Amino acid sequence: MGATMDHRLSEEHEALRKTVEEFAREEVAPVIGDFYERDEFPYEIVRQMGRMGLFGLPFPEEFGGMGGDYFALCLALEELARVDSSVAITLEAGVSLGAMPIYRFGTDEQRARWLPALCAGEKLAAFGLTEPGSGSDAGGMRTTARLDDDEWVINGTKAFITNSGTDITALVTVACVTGRTENGRPEYSSIIVPAGTPGFTVSKKYSKVGWNASDTRELSFADCRVPAENLLGERGRGYAQFLQTLDEGRVAIAALSVGLAQGCVDESLRYAKEREAFGHRIGEYQAIQFKIADMEARAHTARLAYYHAAAKMLRGEPFKKEAAIAKLVASNAAMDNARDATQVFGGYGFMNEYPVGRFYRDAKILEIGEGTSEVQRMLIARQLGL
Amino acid sequence: MNIVVLVKQVPDTNSERRLTDSDHTLDRASADVVLDEINERAVEEALRLQEAHGGEVTVVTMGPDSATDALRKALSMGADKAVHLSDAALHGSDAVQTARALAKVIGTVEGVDLVLAGNEATDGRMGAVPAMVAEVLGLPALTHARKVEVDGSTVRVERETDEGVAFVEAALPALVSVGEKINEPRYPSFKGIMAAKKKPVTTLGLADAGIDAAEVGLANAATTVVEAAPKPPRSGGQKVEDAGDGGVRIAEFLAAQKLI
Repeated sequence: MGATMDHRLSEEHEALRKTVEEFAREEVAPVIGDFYERDEFPYEIVRQMGRMGLFGLPFPEEFGGMGGDYFALCLALEELARVDSSVAITLEAGVSLGAMPIYRFGTDEQRARWLPALCAGEKLAAFGLTEPGSGSDAGGMRTTARLDDDEWVINGTKAFITNSGTDITALVTVACVTGRTENGRPEYSSIIVPAGTPGFTVSKKYSKVGWNASDTRELSFADCRVPAENLLGERGRGYAQFLQTLDEGRVAIAALSVGLAQGCVDESLRYAKEREAFGHRIGEYQAIQFKIADMEARAHTARLAYYHAAAKMLRGEPFKKEAAIAKLVASNAAMDNARDATQVFGGYGFMNEYPVGRFYRDAKILEIGEGTSEVQRMLIARQLGL
Repeated sequence: MNIVVLVKQVPDTNSERRLTDSDHTLDRASADVVLDEINERAVEEALRLQEAHGGEVTVVTMGPDSATDALRKALSMGADKAVHLSDAALHGSDAVQTARALAKVIGTVEGVDLVLAGNEATDGRMGAVPAMVAEVLGLPALTHARKVEVDGSTVRVERETDEGVAFVEAALPALVSVGEKINEPRYPSFKGIMAAKKKPVTTLGLADAGIDAAEVGLANAATTVVEAAPKPPRSGGQKVEDAGDGGVRIAEFLAAQKLI
């Protein structure tokens, strides 16, 4: 990301964007509808994404990464989500919630053990923060871990955890209350729990409104024991880790939302040029033109918002407010565009055989996941000193 | 084993392609241009042979300055270096002129064991250049390959055409042109994209490649497009009334179209 006023992509970022655009169009678009209908996780597509290095985008080459940056990941997410959000969220959660905390907070041993397979997309990692009774209010967390000799003993339940129950899930990083601080507040820490650890149970998939080709599970831990060295980063630093992870994740979700918003424009444009009503193509009517113009304007402004947040992040400047703004406006744009695109398609918009039906079902979660729109407004207001 | 892959930048087959009104050559400005899809498979095949046998993969193109993007794509897939023949005098060259020019460029690459190409490009669809290049270079030409194997100094090819499959082989050095069934090309990774920026691309003008300007270009071409018209809109198709022989007639139609 170059000068402040210039949002042109660098040559490499543009080449990556084009590559992922082509991949999404050629490999994902023709098959993803069937996976979605069957609530099936698309292992082969994920494997191809892995071979392209998408899961390693922001990580250094020494861990099997691509040596790119977080913005490269955002571009890939946008292009995937133009076609399908399930594969986009699989990548988003795999990288920014799964591998990133291990890269950022892990010991050398933890990085060496887990990152190469995660970067290659051969394995997935998940991040267990949300619980049945605590989402936006992470302070309401009830999952506990206590040290018993050399082992953590974990008890509790996590809810809505992406990528946690696939055949290739290697681990879940579990946010736990590990004690009390001196002033009596809960002490939070993150602990790596490998898949298959006794006492760690993955329940069956949720029945979801959207993102149906992605994996989302409830997890339970009953006296689940892992070695003490599975602590991720410092004990008691959990809350700071979650906040940093979530700030970045907001920019990624904003990129994904822009992709969905743009996908709605793409599909509506195509349909408006084809479909006839009252003797004309519907794209010749101002009612449709204005709708599509509004959709394009929303996608464009939301894109600028996430580019700006990503640029500040990469420069190492504070970006909390910009990330919250990007997430807020981009998820709004996705929801509004999905509603309008469905309207442009009329009755066909209500049919699952067209992508816009999928976009409509996939859009709502964007106003909820990784911080609801209300939480984003709260963060913005707080940054303004209110 | 050192491999040269001939590649071409062409208008995207997803966009509308047309000829210019002025001289009936390809209108490159009106469409998105990409690395030709069969050429991508030739690059993929070269990379697979390199993975098995070692050596270096050089991509060669002839085209305007913008064709560098097609070379970058091949380099980001994993090719080692590129040579770009670019000169305004080449504009409008026909297949024979193109083959002679490419042969000269291949001559600038040292120790070439195998020349790979797509059996045709999706724009001109002449399907003649690879065999002509082989002829100029005095190499055996193994065209329409759906499978390529190298064993020591021998290349073996399964050659697939409308007439059937033939198993052919030749001693290296040789030229092989591949068909669209040969493989599924890889997508470049971001690491590949970044590495491609640092790989050498040699740009040659006519003089650098030892090509006489009087031998190339539209004015000296042996073939000329005299007239061009846009393709007619799709017609209603052919209706077959079933008088008991419907199945047979559909089968005959499909066979005549070479679809079955």
